Amino acid sequence: MTQSHSQAFVRTEMLAEQAPPVSEMGAIRWMRENLFSSIPNALMTLVSLFVIYYVLAGLSPWALGGIWNADSLSECREVRDALYGEGREVACWAVIADRWHQLLFGFYPSELYWRPILTLVLFGVGVAPILFEHASRKLLLMTVAVPFIAYFLLWGGSIWGPVAVALGFILGWAILTYTQDFLGSLGATLAAIVLPILYWLYFSAPLGNAVQDIVPLGIEAIGSDQFGGFLLALVIGITGIILSLPLGVLLALGRQSDLFIINKCSVIFIEVIRGIPLIVWLFTASLLLNYFLPPGTSFDLMLRVIIMVTLFSSAYIAEVVRGGLAALPRGQYEGADSLGLNYWQSMQLIILPQALKISIPGIVSSFIGLFKDTTLVVFVGLSDPIGFSNLIRASSDWNGIYWELFIFIGLCFWIFCFSMSRYSQWLERKLNTGHR
Amino acid sequence: MTIQVVAFLLIMGGVVWLANNTIQNLSELGKDFDFGFLSQRAGYDINQRLIEYSNDSPHARAALVGILNTLLVALLGCITATIVGVIAGVLRLSKNWIVGRLMTVYVEGFRNIPLLLWIIAIFAVMTESTPQPRDFRGVDPEATMILGESVAITNRGIFIPAPVWGDGSMLLVLAFLASLVLIYIFRRIARKRQEATGEILPVFWGSLGLFFIPTLFVYLAFSATGARDQLPVLAVGAEQGMTLEGFADQNGNPAICALPRTAAVNLSTDLRAIGQRGSIIAVESPAELQSNLESGECVLAVVSPQAAETLIAGVDGVALAPLADTVDRGRPLQFERPQLAGFNFEGGVQLRNSLIALWVALSLYTGAFIAEIVRAGVLAVSHGQTEAASALGLRPRRTMNLVVLPQALRVIIPPLISQYLNLTKNSSLAIAVGYMDVRATLGGITINQTGRELEGMLLLGLFYLITSLAIAGVMNLYNASVKLQER
Repeated sequence: MTQSHSQAFVRTEMLAEQAPPVSEMGAIRWMRENLFSSIPNALMTLVSLFVIYYVLAGLSPWALGGIWNADSLSECREVRDALYGEGREVACWAVIADRWHQLLFGFYPSELYWRPILTLVLFGVGVAPILFEHASRKLLLMTVAVPFIAYFLLWGGSIWGPVAVALGFILGWAILTYTQDFLGSLGATLAAIVLPILYWLYFSAPLGNAVQDIVPLGIEAIGSDQFGGFLLALVIGITGIILSLPLGVLLALGRQSDLFIINKCSVIFIEVIRGIPLIVWLFTASLLLNYFLPPGTSFDLMLRVIIMVTLFSSAYIAEVVRGGLAALPRGQYEGADSLGLNYWQSMQLIILPQALKISIPGIVSSFIGLFKDTTLVVFVGLSDPIGFSNLIRASSDWNGIYWELFIFIGLCFWIFCFSMSRYSQWLERKLNTGHR
Repeated sequence: MTIQVVAFLLIMGGVVWLANNTIQNLSELGKDFDFGFLSQRAGYDINQRLIEYSNDSPHARAALVGILNTLLVALLGCITATIVGVIAGVLRLSKNWIVGRLMTVYVEGFRNIPLLLWIIAIFAVMTESTPQPRDFRGVDPEATMILGESVAITNRGIFIPAPVWGDGSMLLVLAFLASLVLIYIFRRIARKRQEATGEILPVFWGSLGLFFIPTLFVYLAFSATGARDQLPVLAVGAEQGMTLEGFADQNGNPAICALPRTAAVNLSTDLRAIGQRGSIIAVESPAELQSNLESGECVLAVVSPQAAETLIAGVDGVALAPLADTVDRGRPLQFERPQLAGFNFEGGVQLRNSLIALWVALSLYTGAFIAEIVRAGVLAVSHGQTEAASALGLRPRRTMNLVVLPQALRVIIPPLISQYLNLTKNSSLAIAVGYMDVRATLGGITINQTGRELEGMLLLGLFYLITSLAIAGVMNLYNASVKLQER
């Protein structure tokens, strides 16, 4: 009241709303804040814009003007001369159009491409319940069956071989479940390891053959040497990671264990594997593995490489899982103990489900690493995508072509790895809720 | 306990089984397990060697050359990867939208494409899109050297100037070492002073000044006094009073021996000015110089005036005479520029394409990973820390140095160690570009020549294992020094 008396003028009605100044709204404000907030910032913006312009101006005429229809590099050049006149550099994407199937599938027979594709789809279904919580739990059955189906589809041959091998796992599981009472847990575990191994060594192959003789059932067999390109990279990468998971978990448990001998053996194994580059291990596989096996045994290079890659990635998985185990609060271990669970029960029911869940992002990134590392198999004579790019270049049609192949291969790897890493980041964010 | 015994027996059983198989297989092949091959003659050449090596050297020497090459590219890679990674990581956090996006493209691009592909691609760039040495030839050449005629980028590699130590270089090094000690003392005094009185000395500028000024002073003093000293040029078979130009006309492209070597660099520059090329032959002692003159390996010699007299009198078999021209003695440290000779460049240091491709690819690839580590480390320092520092009145730079960096480093260093390890192990991809690292010498040609796969791979594995453990050990020590001191 006193206020109104002391002032000469009091506005009685509201002023009409005005638009904010141009510099404080919309695109201009955004640019002011994000691109030109200070002089150094503005300079950096200009430099970045110049870099982007320079790269795009150099690359886009080359890439966009590329030639898709040609059967060889020389034909490509003829088309280019006809289209743009001589001297202009353009991409010759025709090599991709001509050879993409080799880069993807290697020498796999083209009428059988449905088999790797179906395998990939089934694999996707199989991993869905592991990667996404919402997927139906019934799919877990599929997860268990996928390795055998995938082997059958990719390599073909008799269906009874994979079935006989799968029987070994069922045997082990049955022993572990039903003989605990009279063998004790240690005895049952040992029996569940030893008996299936004996079965695989001596019975599974004859059994498969015998059933095949009675009920012949199978598809066309494809040899390992027909595999190549991204198919090979995927087969080695995925097999490596799947086989290395159980091994890695065991090693991680061993490294966390209080038992002196088991602990030291795990530590030595992990550190030796991690201390030496994969390429040395691959050479070991191709040069030396025969020394370590009983005289007379020899098996194909791809299998040897898979064994080596499995051992290699199991050490890395072990470190990831160890991180997961260490991240669990001590109370979880103590809680499991106080419930009276024994070591394996507590691991199986309490610790590992939580620890593995935490480790999934790490496992995914070590899978990305492994998948990128599969390119190294070119040095031991397998034809991965890079090996195939060399093969394509060696043919007289495409001699002298570099960038188009590199870009295609790089792009394929990039799409695959980038989507995996996005998945792992999404998962990390999802698992992180509640901590922040 | 039972489990331990059972596990021990199983593991021992496995080891014995493997060893037994190996022994059996070796005896079947008629091989033994013997490292004697290491002292045999290697018989192959290595194109990049940091120590003396010829194909007459033993395999062990070849392995050592390879080891040094591996360590060289690993060291170079670690340094540049750290620089690239820190810059990219910080820029990725920048408020500038477009810079942040560009760095994201860099990081995601390099992280998601195999290193091998990058190495091959960069190698292809280096060999396919750079000029040949002969393009530098002629009056109007297609390609020219850059940075004041001192660096040549060719499809055989990059040629850069080589440092040449002259008279007084010893003092230069001593001055530099002394300034390092001074910096250490200065920093200690500054810290004590700050703790006692609260007064802050300009530590950064003081250290920077101490780092450069004493060495620069010695260098300039030497350059001003001794560098213009004229040394006589002795030429084999020259007549009295002949000029350098006249001699060079008779003996095209003469070879030079000189003590100090900087004089040779100056002489070769003089020769270049008259359109000639002098190849410099490294000599360490007057005796070596004399024997080189006697054998005709070099036809021009530069020594001090006193030594010149004894040399003219003492050399057997060849006639030596001083030329009319003289040459500068040279500064304590000079650079020998590469020059075109025949079909290739000569002098200077040749960085081969294999080294450059491997180095660049390793740095950029690992740099992308380090950028993510740095970003995570800086983000891990909570905003409250910076605000609290500002509330205490610290300036932004002190906040960065005293509050943010120490805490960020604690997060950054452990994963950084494993990136350094990865880089060192990834250097074995040298195989893709033919860089002669330890895998190529010991694990490649040596194994192929001697047929000692088992021993060779064992040594190779051992080398990588020891290197990894050593790097991890050193970096863990550093980590222990920066980590949170818990009481």
